[in-house]
Parts: sequence; structure tokens; C-alpha cells
Amino acid sequence: MAAILLLALLCGGAFSGLVYEAATGSSRSSAILNSHIFGVVRFTLFQAILSTLLSVAPALLVARALSRHDRFFGRELLLRLFAVPQALPAIVAALGVLALYGRSGLLAEPLGQMVEGRWPGIYGLSGILVAHVFFNLPLAVRLFYEALQTIPQDHWRIAGQLGMGGYAQWRLIEWPVLKRAVPNIAGLVFMLCVTSFAIVLTLGGGPAATTLEVAIYQALRFDFDPFAAVVLTSLQLALTLAILAGLALLGGRYAEFASLSIVSRRYVQPKAFEAFVNILLVVLAAIFVLAPMVAVVISGLQAELGRLAGESSVQRATLTSLVLAFLSACLAVSLSFGLVSTRKRLEMLRRNVGPATLTERLCDGGASMILVVPPIVIGAGWFVLARHVGDVFAIAPVMIVTVNAAMAMPFVVRTIRPSFDVAAERHDRLAASLGISGWNRFRLVDWPAMRAPLLSGFAFAMALSLGDLGVIALFGSDSLQTLPYLLLSRMSSYRTADAAGLALILAALSFALMLLAGRARSKQ
Amino acid sequence: MRIKKLVCSAVLTLTGFAIPVQAAEKLTIYTYESFTADWGPGPQVEKAFEAECGCDLEFVSVADGVALLNRLKIEGGSTKADIVLGLDTNLTAEAKASGLFAPHGIDTGNVSVPGGWSDDTFVPFDFGHFAVIYDTEKITTPPASLKELTAQSGEAKIAIQDPRTSTPGLGLVLWMRSVFGDDAPTAWADLKDTILTVTPGWSEAYGLFTSGEVEMVLSYTTSPAYHMIAESSERYQAAAFDEGHYMQIEVAGVTSQGAENPLSARFLAFMIGPGFQDVIPETNWMFPAGKTEEPLNPVFDTLVKPSKTLLFSPEEVARNRKDWVEEWLEVMGR
Repeated sequence: MAAILLLALLCGGAFSGLVYEAATGSSRSSAILNSHIFGVVRFTLFQAILSTLLSVAPALLVARALSRHDRFFGRELLLRLFAVPQALPAIVAALGVLALYGRSGLLAEPLGQMVEGRWPGIYGLSGILVAHVFFNLPLAVRLFYEALQTIPQDHWRIAGQLGMGGYAQWRLIEWPVLKRAVPNIAGLVFMLCVTSFAIVLTLGGGPAATTLEVAIYQALRFDFDPFAAVVLTSLQLALTLAILAGLALLGGRYAEFASLSIVSRRYVQPKAFEAFVNILLVVLAAIFVLAPMVAVVISGLQAELGRLAGESSVQRATLTSLVLAFLSACLAVSLSFGLVSTRKRLEMLRRNVGPATLTERLCDGGASMILVVPPIVIGAGWFVLARHVGDVFAIAPVMIVTVNAAMAMPFVVRTIRPSFDVAAERHDRLAASLGISGWNRFRLVDWPAMRAPLLSGFAFAMALSLGDLGVIALFGSDSLQTLPYLLLSRMSSYRTADAAGLALILAALSFALMLLAGRARSKQ
Repeated sequence: MRIKKLVCSAVLTLTGFAIPVQAAEKLTIYTYESFTADWGPGPQVEKAFEAECGCDLEFVSVADGVALLNRLKIEGGSTKADIVLGLDTNLTAEAKASGLFAPHGIDTGNVSVPGGWSDDTFVPFDFGHFAVIYDTEKITTPPASLKELTAQSGEAKIAIQDPRTSTPGLGLVLWMRSVFGDDAPTAWADLKDTILTVTPGWSEAYGLFTSGEVEMVLSYTTSPAYHMIAESSERYQAAAFDEGHYMQIEVAGVTSQGAENPLSARFLAFMIGPGFQDVIPETNWMFPAGKTEEPLNPVFDTLVKPSKTLLFSPEEVARNRKDWVEEWLEVMGR
């Protein structure tokens, strides 16, 4: 419950700050809320819905393909690599994507032959979609994979005994689990695409591709019109809520199986044809996601990495980033755990009958809404408030940690919830009858079951915060230089090679985090 | 009782650490990020001025000139800034109207910017001309004018910045306006085919350019100087346009609070002297607005010298900016 309050406080505070400023400040009235806004809303929703479809639908198949083969060479490695795109600043990812599909990209020549002439690049809707899928397909694969892991092994054993074919297994075992996860994961991807900003502008080819986020940014940055910013943010929130509500209807209901896992071996033996399709799916997805990352690595290797790593400013920024990300991840994971367990307790209180209560829904999707409130709005709002109470610079680190944690929570919740729900179904009654509660229950019952997803959620939250720039740029005090901040600052003083090197360091750090989490996980 | 004491002493120690030892003399300057970046002029300027005045100079940086003015507006009368450094002439009318700045009161006789300078509130510290930079490996004959650029129909494309979010982006809108006047919308419509993409900021566009994705980019006449000096490469050059080039002048001003700090005037005087101006060309990659001690690196003499400098007055910009950006959006958003 505290988590919800914190999030509400975070947004509410920011909003009240801006409203206060709008009421008292000398800012002009808005010219943004005009006829353009209709087109902007239409484009925002259009690109977000398409991006979501293109990310989530293939992700379902890829996640299933990955989960069906016990000895898939490099599966763990691939899943960890799939966490890296989220940690890359948008412009780095855009350049990586362009290194392949751009006008002078690796694929420009074959693509040019297809269109008979010079390849015009992927600017426009196609560019936005490719970049969004690059960011979100691997995210969705990871989350769906995590959901599939909650299927009790006994189901596979029974499926084996009954001689179920691949399609029957999909229909009776996998799809029900995935179907339940779809609204949540699609919702997350949708929110990420709705708020996309730098990608949309850079690859969109022109102002015809403008999202609401751009308009909000413009309102606060160029026109300094807090009122318009609040109105536009509310509009963005309302639209997202409507879409999420629609998605929730798709989800349907599904009760977890409370059986204990008694077998550890998989009984899935895909036939040759299915195995072929699965391998093809995974290879295609891997190429699509890894190729731009390889481009990022290659251009990073051309930088003078030795000199960069030796620079004190780089070392300081790395340390600052790691410390801030660590704190954000701690906060994000503990708050998410609280949310997930509160939600489950509420669900069990009403014994799984009737519709979910409001609080329950809040614990579920409500927390995610933070993603649709632009960091610039939170930052500016709190800045206005902080100015009245004290030193803006003193609260900067607190703000960065809190906002990053809040932004990571929707991801963490989705990572840990499937396992938690299953574990709770399995253990709650037993724990209650044995009188185990509180810390003991966490230590003896929840931790062993939740250790893997919690660690992976933690690593992911840290990787996300590592790459975050939004809030820092606003509070921008020079004592708090993080890696992405340094990267952009090098880029804006012509040092593109340095920036590429820093992007490589950033990617390597987040990959290392995922590896560490994976090792800790397999040791259990 | 003992706990109370403990808490009290803890609080005292903490606050003691939090409040820096009150230096006798301190000057706080708000500026933009790339000024204080480790490659920017900030670190050297800080060292030079602190050595001269024996005081403490503190830079506080925000994203860019626009953010700088917004920050000041939010803070209003309670700002910590003595000086705001890094606004450009597109923002000065709005800044003056905010009533947050005081007259600078120093002699600006040594200042030299094209077209001369007379303003009682703001003092310029550098200037540059916008230019189209092209890749000589891909373009042999660059366009010789904005007209030629807009008339182009070949394969060479340009990356520009969004005037709603970026200073050079706004610069191009003003440039087009000062060349084509009321015909600017038609000119934009002609240019549209040549524009590969519109990026949120300068960095993204320049990144696309140096990664070979696009043949031309909107930047400054001084951009080639960076590549020649720091990378010994002559690959990227500016195209000279015969209608003239639009200018950006960067200025600093004293806030009403700062007017009470004697260091403020001293800094502004220092700013137009060699201690500051020597640093500018090869850190901010702009032309100095005052006398330097050393002559500029000879590379700067090889740069494009605009046949004519174009510049709207701050008042004209303040009056028309919204309409002109709207006009741009109308054409480009189609």
C-alpha cells in the first residue's frame, strides 16, 4: 500500500507544483491546445498500437519456442542479452538500427536493389516501428518466458503421458498462461511506445510524426506553459487508461494450480518440424535484436576505450550511475514485492470470486501509470515545490532514485508477479496452518521460491536505471554526472567516438548485471 | 533525555556538513551543460577567474539556453544565480521582459560582434553563424545558396533540428524567414524533399551526419574547425551561402540579486577579456566576442566567412517566433 501512496505522491506532487506555477506564474496561456493536437493524438495512438502488436505477437511465439527446448544452446545468454536494449539511450539505439537499415547501412545495398534505386532509409513510420520493436520485442520475450516458467512441471508430465501433440500443449497448457500475461505485458509495451520521444522525432522523418510526449516537452521547455503540460499529461493518462482497460478485457480468467512441483525434468519432446520452426523463430528474433547491438559494439570498439576508462570523469560517472541504479533497484524491488503481495492477499481475501476490487486493480495496473507521466513533468513539478521548501540540489539525488525506482516498478512487478502468485497459491494455506508469518515466512517460504525472479527483477531494474536520463537532465547538478549524461554531453561537444565508447561501456555494464543475476540464480 | 541530546548533536553535525563554510566571496553562475562539460570552456574559465579574484566561482548547469531562462523564471526572486550565461539573442527580449535582470553597467567598448553591440542588460561572449555542413566524400559541389538548397532534387539529403526543441532548429527557421520573407512557407515546402529527418537536438542530427547516414547537416561555420584541429580531418566543410548566414550571439546578464554582488560586474569585465575569450574558440567552438591574447588557430581563418550577416532583432523574434514555428509546422507536418 505504501508503494501506491508513494507513486500517487510522486505524481500528485508534481502536478500540484505545476498547477501552482500555472496559477501564480507569469506564463502565457497555451497555444498548444489547438487543432494540431487531434492529429498528434491520432498519430501517438496509431504508432503505439502498431508497435505493441509487432512486438508482442512475435514475442509470444519466440518465448514459447525458447521455453520448449530444454537444451537450447545459448538460451540463458540470449535472454540476458535481450535485457540490454532497455539500458541504451534512445539515440544510441537509433544509430544502431540505422547502421543496418539506414541509407548507408549494411543492408542499404540489397534493400536498394529491391526498391530499384537508392535505399531511402527507414525514416517515417517504418523507422519508428523497427526501433520500437528492437526495444520491446526482447522485453516482451523475457516477460513471457518468465510467465511460461510458472507452468508446473507436472503438467508437462501429464501432457507427456497423454501423448499431447505440440498444438494441444499450446492450447491447453501454454496459451492459458500466456493469455493471462498478455494484457499486462502488452500494456507495458504500449505505455513505453506512447511516451516515446527521441526515437519518434529522430526516425520519424519530420514533425508529421509527433507524439503527445513531444507536445508536453514543448509546452514545458519552449513555451514554459505548465497549464498546457498538465492538460496534455492528463490527456495522455486518460488515453492510456482507456487502452489498458480494453486490454484487461482480453485477459480472461485463469486460476493458478496450487500443486507442488515434484518432477524436475521436462517431458516436452517437440517433433522435428516444430523444432525446426522454433529454431527459425529464435534465430530470426536473435538476429533482429542482436544485429543493432553488434553495430553499437563495433562503433564502440573504435573509440579509445583505454583512455576513456582511465578518465576520472568516466570513472566517477560510472560509480555515480551504479550507486544510483543500485539504490533505485532496491527501492523498486521492495516496493514491487509489497504491491504484488498486497494484490495477491486481496485476491485471496475475496476467494477468487467476483470482480477485482479497486485497490486490487490499483496494485496491479495502477502502478504502471507512472510510465505515462513524462519525467520532465515530474521533474519540473517537484522542482517548483522543492524551491519553496529548500535546496533543490540537495533533493536531486533523492528525486533521481525515487523516480527511477518508480519507472522500474512496472517492469519488476511483471517479472515477479507470475512466480509470486503461483508460490502464494502453493504455500499460503500451509504457512498459515503452520503459523509461519512475517519475516520468518519471507525467509523460509517466499525467498527460496522468489529468489530467482527477485534477482532478475533487481538486475533489470538496475539496468533500466543505468540508462535513464530523463530526470537527471532536469535536475542537472554537476556533482551528479551519470554515464548516459556524460555520453550525451560528449556527443554535444563533437566527441561522437567517445560517446560510442561510453555506449559500449553502458551496454557492457547492464549485460554484466544480467550475468551476475543469472549466476546467483543458478547457484540456488 | 540522552537520546534527545544525541539526536540534537547528530542534526547539528549533519547541518554543519551540509552548509558549506561561508566563503567570504562567492559568485554563482547559471549556464548550459556543454559549457561546463569537461571538454567545454567552464573548467578553464573557473580556474582563470578564481585565480584572478581569489573568490569561489560556482557553475550550475541546465540543458540549454531555453532551459536556463525557464529555470530562472521558476525561481523568480529567490534565485541563487548572480549571473546567467548562455542565453542567445532569440531569448533576450523575453528575458528582459521577465524583469529579473539588472543593467550590467560595464564598458562594452571592447566587444566586437558583426553589426556592433549596444545593450544595457546583456553582454555577448561569443557568436557563430549557422551553416550547412557537408561531407566532401559524398558531395563535390555543395549548394551555393539557400535557394539552391531548397531547389535541390538530387540524392543528397540534410538533417535539421526541430525548432520546437532546439536552438539551431529555430535558427534555420529564422534564416529561411530572413532570406525568403513571407515566401518562407513555399521555400520550406521545396526544401522538404531534401530533408532526411528532423531531430530533437543538435547532437542527434550531427551524429547522423558523422555516422555517414546523411550528406548534410545544419550546424555552425565553426564546426569544420573542430574536425580540422582535433581530428586533423578536412572531410567536413561548411557551404558558403551567398544570401548570407544567420547569426547566433550568446550573451550573459546579471540578475537583480546578482547586481548586489560586486563580483558580478567583475566577472562580466573578465568575460570580455582575454582570460575568458582565449578559451572560447577551441572549447565552445564559436568565435570570441572580445579580444584574445593569442591569435586564433590559423584554421579559423580558413573557415567560411559569411558575405552578409543576417539577424533579427530580439524584439522581432519575440513577436514572431510562435507564428513562424507554427508556419513551419504547418508545411512540414503535412
